[in-house]
Amino acid sequence: MTQSVVVQVGQCGNQIGCCFWDLALREHAAVNQKGIYDEAISSFFRNVDTRVVGDGGSISKGKICSLKARAVLIDMEEGVVNEILQGPLRDVFDTKQLITDISGSGNNWAVGHRVFGSLYQDQILEKLRKSAEHCDCLQCFFIIHSMGGGTGSGLGTFLLKMLEDEFPEVYRFVTSIYPSGEDDVITSPYNSILAMKELNEHADCVLPIDNQSLFDIISKIDLMVNSGKLGTTVKPKSLVTSSSGALKTRHKKPFDAMNNIVANLLLNLTSSARFEGSLNMDLNEISMNLVPFPQLHYLVSSLTPLYTLTDVNIPPRRLDQMFSDAFSKDHQLLRADPKHSLYLACALMVRGNVQISDVRRNIERLKPSLQFVSWNQEGWKTSLCSIPPVGHSHSLLALANNTCVKPTFMELKERFMRLYKKKAHLHHYLQVEGMEESCFTEAVSSLSALIQEYNQLDATKNMPVQDLPRLSIAIILSSENISPGSLQFL
Amino acid sequence: MSIVTVQLGQCGNQIGFEVFDALLSDSHSSQGLCCKRENEAYQASCKERFFSEEENGVPIARAVLVDMEPKVINQTLSKAAQSGRWKYGQHACFCQKQGSGNNWAYGYSVHGPRHEESIMDLIRKEVEKCDSFSGFFIIMSMAGGTGSGIGAFVTQNLQDQYSNSLKMNQIIWPYGTGEVIVQNYNSILTLSHLYRSSDALLVHENDAVHKICAKLMNIKQISFSDINQVLAHQLGSVFQPTYSAESSFHYRRNPLGIDWHVRPPLSGLPSLGKMSLNKDLHFNTSIANLVILRGKDVQSADVEGFKDPALYTSWLEPVNAFNVWKTQRAFSKYEKSAVLVSNSQFLVKPLDMIVGKAWNMFASKAYIHQYTKFGIEEEDFLDSFTSLEQVVASYCNL
Repeated sequence: MTQSVVVQVGQCGNQIGCCFWDLALREHAAVNQKGIYDEAISSFFRNVDTRVVGDGGSISKGKICSLKARAVLIDMEEGVVNEILQGPLRDVFDTKQLITDISGSGNNWAVGHRVFGSLYQDQILEKLRKSAEHCDCLQCFFIIHSMGGGTGSGLGTFLLKMLEDEFPEVYRFVTSIYPSGEDDVITSPYNSILAMKELNEHADCVLPIDNQSLFDIISKIDLMVNSGKLGTTVKPKSLVTSSSGALKTRHKKPFDAMNNIVANLLLNLTSSARFEGSLNMDLNEISMNLVPFPQLHYLVSSLTPLYTLTDVNIPPRRLDQMFSDAFSKDHQLLRADPKHSLYLACALMVRGNVQISDVRRNIERLKPSLQFVSWNQEGWKTSLCSIPPVGHSHSLLALANNTCVKPTFMELKERFMRLYKKKAHLHHYLQVEGMEESCFTEAVSSLSALIQEYNQLDATKNMPVQDLPRLSIAIILSSENISPGSLQFL
Repeated sequence: MSIVTVQLGQCGNQIGFEVFDALLSDSHSSQGLCCKRENEAYQASCKERFFSEEENGVPIARAVLVDMEPKVINQTLSKAAQSGRWKYGQHACFCQKQGSGNNWAYGYSVHGPRHEESIMDLIRKEVEKCDSFSGFFIIMSMAGGTGSGIGAFVTQNLQDQYSNSLKMNQIIWPYGTGEVIVQNYNSILTLSHLYRSSDALLVHENDAVHKICAKLMNIKQISFSDINQVLAHQLGSVFQPTYSAESSFHYRRNPLGIDWHVRPPLSGLPSLGKMSLNKDLHFNTSIANLVILRGKDVQSADVEGFKDPALYTSWLEPVNAFNVWKTQRAFSKYEKSAVLVSNSQFLVKPLDMIVGKAWNMFASKAYIHQYTKFGIEEEDFLDSFTSLEQVVASYCNL
């Protein structure tokens, strides 16, 4: 089995990361009843003998002594990381895994990318190398960050290039929080577009998420839970937004609930690689199946269920509802309209007691309402993992490579252009060494090219699917030609 | 005459387990419907074919388990051990940490060569354990990366090193929709390569077996476990010992290609159904058919329907193309059972469909970068398309 390392950058990245580790511990605690350090846990955690000083403390088998997260925490302000280190998760992180500064990036991509990038390059590389060394077989880096600020956006994308150069065989999966239109950081469009160029060029796979969608999901859940009919309560630990049962005891911050959704996304994404099932899906299969062309690697995710009611007895109808929900906009982590756009590929990652016939029945049911690109009419990838998430009997994560991401990017580009035309706030960027206007124009071109790719695909949307002429073979009919060797199909 | 089984990838290993389990269960079945001496001869023959003996009497499957990541093999080993009735050899597995990522190129060009020595070594050790070795049974899927890519690579190696032994590949044809997105690419690459090195390709389509579970067996929530068990049952009824012409049990060695055939199932029916001859001429033309009958009344069963010349291609006499093997000992819990193994045009449509879909995808160049990354170029794809179009054409012209 392989290991993954999480690199959490900036305030947002670290807050989400913290929720992730919390939930990961909870999940493994629920599954691993005997306290033995097994391969599933080792995918995200090291087992360390805390009595040993220095580096030699790793234990590869046997009882769990002390679990350390395979994580690197980076922030150019100390606030968030300090809070983590003083909180209930402090023992999960190794102090040697942190890189912090005090001044912050001032919501400026250029400061994050160029100033801090060059300042901390060696340190970051060293920490990354160390965490890779602790892995038997490192498969994937998960980078968590936001696009709108300075550190997550700038420094977060700086290290993408570094990872590509230093660890070319290891996948780079990026979870990016995109700014909503009402974002309070004025320069977020600049930061996002500059970051997008890096994502285009150096990420294997990006999961774009926007705050608005997360917020909408929470509102919907609150509505459901609070206006619940008498006697209907939500099953404990089943709220996808909750961390009950985990180490953190209260929602101290308003973003906790939203961050938990993203944390659940990452857990579900990796579940089939960590746990057993009748149809496994490793992380390298995500990119293999969902990325038909290298630049089109943006995947829209949707997660269901969001909660489970206590008085539940799951009939097949409820199971089918789960599949329908996954294709409803209410469950998406990005505001987009996949049903009216073109699917390039779709993956269904199912957890729990769900069998292949359930999946097939639902694919048949949902297929007619979805449009798939002509060369991939049957483009579904399925995985069945036997272990459900905590608090649920089953769950579904749908990942779609769909042209519906185009509007998000176009909107971002428009917001960018509104600022750029007036050269608003540009001087903050240009005064950073190495930054020129060409950085901006190149970034916009990169995004425009991407949008154009999606446009071309969309243009094929309503065209009838035609089979292309096949190779034609000339056959000379004589019995000498039909040798036993060529007719072997049994 | 022993058979060494090579189980590759998740599918191969999951099915392999069910096959050995089915073989041994049947072997120990108390409803053999024959005399004790015959039953014992049957059991001994089955044992020799598929199992080797251990000190404490627990039979060990003559199998090599290969996978590029550990979860499935671990599960398979423990399931076998838990049954208490048989197990896999302790050192019979080859496992790595990171899977093939559904990438045929990665399986064939990276994992294959990298681990060639270790895998072939394990196989060789298993072959050496056989007193009288007859051939290989390789279980693999076409849709993924390990079974398909490494399966093709290993079969090629077996062709080089054991050219005189039979190599039969059990291939799992994926569902039309919804297993792996690049399954059509992986399939055509696998098939075109296997064509050059395998002696016989036994095909089972997931869609067909799924239908059996749904329609014939009325299973409501069909799992892969159900599917694999049906498959194992079919394979068991084909591979268990049968009388040879000299009326003693022995496994038949098959001449190249023509003798073995498989078509979606007839086995498991409680009575031997008469094959209803379609009076209009739209049925699959065969080049060979084998019927295996087990159980009660085998000697009196009427198989004349299978000898109808209309079933066969014009350049074959039915007497050269049809064989029937009869064994009194019943299979599993069925008083009577029949299996039809057929080499006919049945696969033309599915094959044509897969080639068509792969071709459409190839024309757009989608996913090709994932293969060229590991050394499988567009020319390799074109070669595969060419050889498979030839196969389709050959079968169509029967």
